[in-house]
Amino acid sequence: MEFILVQTLSGLASAASLFLVASGLSIIFGVTRIVNFAHGAFYMLGAYMAFTLTDRWTGAFGFWGAIIAASLVVAVLGALMEMVLLRRIYQAPELFQLLATFGVTLMVQDIVVLIWGPEDLMGPRAPGFTGAVTVFGRMVPSYDFLLIALGPVVLGLLWLLFHYTRWGVLVRAATQDRDMVAALGVNQKWLFTSVFALGVFLAALGGALQIPRTTVSHSMDLAIIVEVFVVVVIGGLGSVLGAFVAAIIVSELNAFGILIFPKISLILVFLVMAVVLVIRPWGLFGKPESAPRPAAGLSIRPWRPFTPAERIAVAVGVFGAAVLPFFLGNYALTVGAEILVFVLFAASLHFLMTVGGLASFGHAAYFGLGAYGAAFLVKFTGAPMEAALLVGPLMGLAGAVVFGWFCVRLSGVYFAMLTLAFAQIAWSIAFQWVDVTGGDNGMLGIWPSTWASSPRGFFWLALGIAVVGVGILRVLVFSPFGYGLRASRDSALRSEAIGIDRRSMQWVAFIVAGTFAGISGATFAFLKGSVFPDFLGIPTSVDGLVMVLLGGIETVSGAVVGAVVYKALAIWLMSQTDLSKLVLGAIIVLLVVAFPKGIVGFLEDLRYRLRPPRANGAGPKTAGYGIAKVEAAE
Amino acid sequence: MTALLDVRNLAKSYGGVHAVRGVSFSLEAGQILALIGPNGAGKSTCFNMLNGQIRPNAGSITLAGQDITGLAPRVVWRKGVGRTFQITATFASMTVRENVQVALLSHHGKLWAAFRYAGAAYLKEAEALLALVGMEAQAARPCGELAYGDLKRLELAIALANDPKLLLMDEPTAGMAPKERVDLMRLTAGIAREKGIGVLFTEHDMDVVFEHADSVMVLNRGELIATGSPEAVRRDPQVRAIYLGDGLLYDAKHREGDAA
Repeated sequence: MEFILVQTLSGLASAASLFLVASGLSIIFGVTRIVNFAHGAFYMLGAYMAFTLTDRWTGAFGFWGAIIAASLVVAVLGALMEMVLLRRIYQAPELFQLLATFGVTLMVQDIVVLIWGPEDLMGPRAPGFTGAVTVFGRMVPSYDFLLIALGPVVLGLLWLLFHYTRWGVLVRAATQDRDMVAALGVNQKWLFTSVFALGVFLAALGGALQIPRTTVSHSMDLAIIVEVFVVVVIGGLGSVLGAFVAAIIVSELNAFGILIFPKISLILVFLVMAVVLVIRPWGLFGKPESAPRPAAGLSIRPWRPFTPAERIAVAVGVFGAAVLPFFLGNYALTVGAEILVFVLFAASLHFLMTVGGLASFGHAAYFGLGAYGAAFLVKFTGAPMEAALLVGPLMGLAGAVVFGWFCVRLSGVYFAMLTLAFAQIAWSIAFQWVDVTGGDNGMLGIWPSTWASSPRGFFWLALGIAVVGVGILRVLVFSPFGYGLRASRDSALRSEAIGIDRRSMQWVAFIVAGTFAGISGATFAFLKGSVFPDFLGIPTSVDGLVMVLLGGIETVSGAVVGAVVYKALAIWLMSQTDLSKLVLGAIIVLLVVAFPKGIVGFLEDLRYRLRPPRANGAGPKTAGYGIAKVEAAE
Repeated sequence: MTALLDVRNLAKSYGGVHAVRGVSFSLEAGQILALIGPNGAGKSTCFNMLNGQIRPNAGSITLAGQDITGLAPRVVWRKGVGRTFQITATFASMTVRENVQVALLSHHGKLWAAFRYAGAAYLKEAEALLALVGMEAQAARPCGELAYGDLKRLELAIALANDPKLLLMDEPTAGMAPKERVDLMRLTAGIAREKGIGVLFTEHDMDVVFEHADSVMVLNRGELIATGSPEAVRRDPQVRAIYLGDGLLYDAKHREGDAA
């Protein structure tokens, strides 16, 4: 009994920071309609900044002053990011906003290591709250009580702010109808910037308040952002009260989940999230999204299959790749095989994202599940590579069947956050269930059969799998199924009105994409000879997104080109610099802001400009973010 | 003989606001029926209930003797109801022809086919439908670059793809130039009469309404206040009051007169 009470208290204390970060994310989303992936980065920056300042300023005033000052400094940084980056992409598809803010997250990770070093840092205790209080014979840190009280206080202050200040009323008005607020003569730009600064302040405060409790490390950003996504999915985006309630629910579930399933503590949170999503897809306190925004991938230029000349060019390209082993060395061939694995992975994500209009932020889950599926077969049944490659991906398929069923109920940012949360759950199972998966040590000794064990042999195997896989996906794009899928992406209203069952189609697309990701994952396991939890991690998912984006999200062949260029670039970059995240993050931001159509999209534009398709057809199109220049027919 | 569409006591309210109440009417095959009324009268709500986008609170909708109340739009479509929207909804990433092909594929239940080329499916039928609405010359153009009037015609072709018994058109000519409006409605009326399709449409352009409708219904504040031939409706004093605004609309005495 006492134990349960103490555990409850510990959960409530954890809820405070989670609530601060989640409410900041929610407020920002309410007004700007942007899900700020970088929120975790600001949380981390708040903690690091508070560490530095509390180190300089001592005493009670010094400590609390440092906490507030650190949060303010980070809020200013947030406002700068809003002005420089976000103002350029408010009209862009959600995917671009998530990616751009993720790019910032990556950059911050490297910057933090540059400034504060890679070691975990230990902050000072809070003056006046260094001891512990004995509750039913158990010690509870007194700082925990401070945090428990802080959550409701901040909730109350936010409520007062939003109801009794002019600014707060404007924020609430903008949350309901931005256009109307703008029409009333309110300066939108500064409203957005100030809201963003407040949201970032809350995140940084949440981080700064953590330093007396835990060590400060450069991995705390992704850890918190996933939990925050779970919180806002449960509580409902845009609702501060929802964030408060859901933060408590999630923290308590975590506190007790560790007791009930020590190995897979996230499973409880997952179950609750699943139940909430089935009953209330918009979260406990959220409101259904109004009109969904156009999905990324909407091209004004209709897709068409390859012309005979292009077919010959593709055949020549494949043949060229097939004869590479006669010219390249072993290292280059291993790199080549890795690129081929990711070509199929990117193509499977492209199918879901561009054709299905569902931007998944957790596609690595199915890649990793396929890899683990193959590894399990080899380790537990002694199956040969051929069998493992055939059966292993079925685990990716099974994962996609289960997770996809929930995910296709949502769209837009909710879909993106939910896919990310599912991927993170899969990751944590792989990470925590040491007896079966080997945890962080992974599973070793997943070697290919003899005929494919040489770099040359494996390259041909990977090439064969990639060519067949991409070929099948391409056939699907132009099949009636692909058209129906694209129809439900283009116009939900019209597709429903002509008898298309959107949700079933998207579910099947999710399963198809998950299966092909599983195939590439299984291949990857044999290429590396091992599997690790990283295979399911967020960075792997984002790699896939960047590949598709780099190649050209509006095109059919973009994923393949993007995967080749990106993977080659990334491997080269790793060998050249220690700051690969900084460079990669900058590339992502640059891509989104300056080059949203990608390589293939750019080439197609160029071709249209040089050679318009028909004399009577319209001229070259320069569509930005889906804003089509409509020309008169006559 | 049962009517093609039979609506009984249809009602829908939103938190105390009665958007539609007690609407009953029927429509015969080949008949063109207009639903008019001022803004906010409940026309669109009525429409969206008929094709299943909104679930009615009460009442029944019967299509050729079959109850379709509360069915999803995609199910209603399968029973032979075509629909065009006030603001066109088409597939912007496809060509004009492909837009029609998708509808045809869906009609023939072929959308789950995974390994054939959809661009080659039902070519003749698609061309025929496009020719019917005068769009055959634009079949290969990207839908995203069409002029608005052409989009409306494309929508009509899509709505005709399942060989509908009933066509629901929500403000078919909204946003079009005057000449285009007349052409589009003539086209629709011609097709409907030739194929025996029942048409129900809402419209603000009275020229369009009175030229083509066999019968007109007037909806005001959620209730049907007049039904009959265009001539009879044109002479109806209540209808005149609504459209010309004699200022008595919110007067208590006038409302008593309503009930009588």
